[in-house]
Amino acid sequence: MGLDTRRVETNVDVGSAGSESWVTTKLDFLVNWGRANSLWPMPFGTACCAIEFMATAASKFDLARFGMERMSFSPRQADVLICAGRVPFKLAPVLRRIWQQMPQPKWCISMGACASSGGMFDNYAVVQGIDTIIPVDVYVPGCPPRPEGLMYGIMMLQEKVKKERMADKSLRNEMEPDPRSQLYIPPPLIDEVSEPFGNSVHQTRSGL
Amino acid sequence: MSESFLPVLAGHAEGTEVAAPSTPRNIPYRDGTPNPSAEALRARFGEAVQRVDVVWDETTVFVDRARVAEIVQWLHDDPSQRYDYLSDVTAVEYRDVDRPIEVVWHLRSLPYRRFLRLKTLLYKGQPLVVPSVWAIYKSADWMERECYDMFGIRFDGHPDLRRILMWEQYKEGFPLRKDFPLRGRFSRSEQLRQILALNPEAKYSMEELSVLDAFDELSLEQRQRLRAGEKVGE
Repeated sequence: MGLDTRRVETNVDVGSAGSESWVTTKLDFLVNWGRANSLWPMPFGTACCAIEFMATAASKFDLARFGMERMSFSPRQADVLICAGRVPFKLAPVLRRIWQQMPQPKWCISMGACASSGGMFDNYAVVQGIDTIIPVDVYVPGCPPRPEGLMYGIMMLQEKVKKERMADKSLRNEMEPDPRSQLYIPPPLIDEVSEPFGNSVHQTRSGL
Repeated sequence: MSESFLPVLAGHAEGTEVAAPSTPRNIPYRDGTPNPSAEALRARFGEAVQRVDVVWDETTVFVDRARVAEIVQWLHDDPSQRYDYLSDVTAVEYRDVDRPIEVVWHLRSLPYRRFLRLKTLLYKGQPLVVPSVWAIYKSADWMERECYDMFGIRFDGHPDLRRILMWEQYKEGFPLRKDFPLRGRFSRSEQLRQILALNPEAKYSMEELSVLDAFDELSLEQRQRLRAGEKVGE
């Protein structure tokens, strides 16, 4: 496909054992601690999940406790893209453009059923999961998720950030889409994950 | 702005004594009183008015397709009708393949506090063309574009008939037609490939993106400030 597939790294390749010195591991710890506790979210709210996201950011649940009080309404100063709500096809290039405008290091949270899988909108207009457009780190289930659910997803992302190692160069590789199809993942895979499942297999189709 | 703005009192054309609006109760299903405009239309246009239905006290008038623009113009202009508000233009297609597609106009008369639904029938096999009412109601602009986008009905006389909800390069057809599959005609990857190959700006026409045209509409002072090199915004 000509796609630049990212190697799945379970172990960090640091050369011979012990070559990762005390200084670099402590530096990793320091940098990751700083990053994980000051994630600036770029809210990309398109539907009811955005309401729940606003509740998460407001005083009762207070996202600021996790270092996220500063909503970045510009992708250029953002660390984590929180896609809250369904994404219609017309919005897909816009979401892709916003993701490409965010500087590294960057992460993505897909909030809610619609952003993660298309949800109940298995129709001609809605993208079946934003992971077909941009890479996603954490999926938050729910319709919409409660603020506790989103905060749990954010804490999962913080755990992920804290486990990163600078020796792992592949983490910061910017994935380039295939120039012909503009897709990150192969088209047959997209068709496979977008197949209807559950009740939507039996939904009425036009017999004409 | 040709006329000065005056507040519209609903129902003021009926006379000096206007009953306060209240929620209607005990509405009959079929035997309601028809809107007096239906009878006036019959008297004025004769056989161009094909049928009058009263359902839940709302009057539906089926009219001849060729004379829609003329009828709406009369309803808008005639001092005894004064339908000054077009609230919706849409279409209906039924599952039954033999039933024609209906195009629907919702007209409201604020001075007489009346509501009238106009319908015209487009039989299968005929071209899906109806007259546009854009020349009478400017609000018909986007509603007719939406109706074209979703059903493929062309509005003859519309100044700028193109897609409004789907992007302009959309190739799969007209989504609200009964022969359109719910998930679209193409596979998911093909749909994504087509939309991601577009620029985000590409769904707007050059007219919408052009700032040069808007320059002439600025005030003289603003134009001078811009010519002097002042930057506004980003």
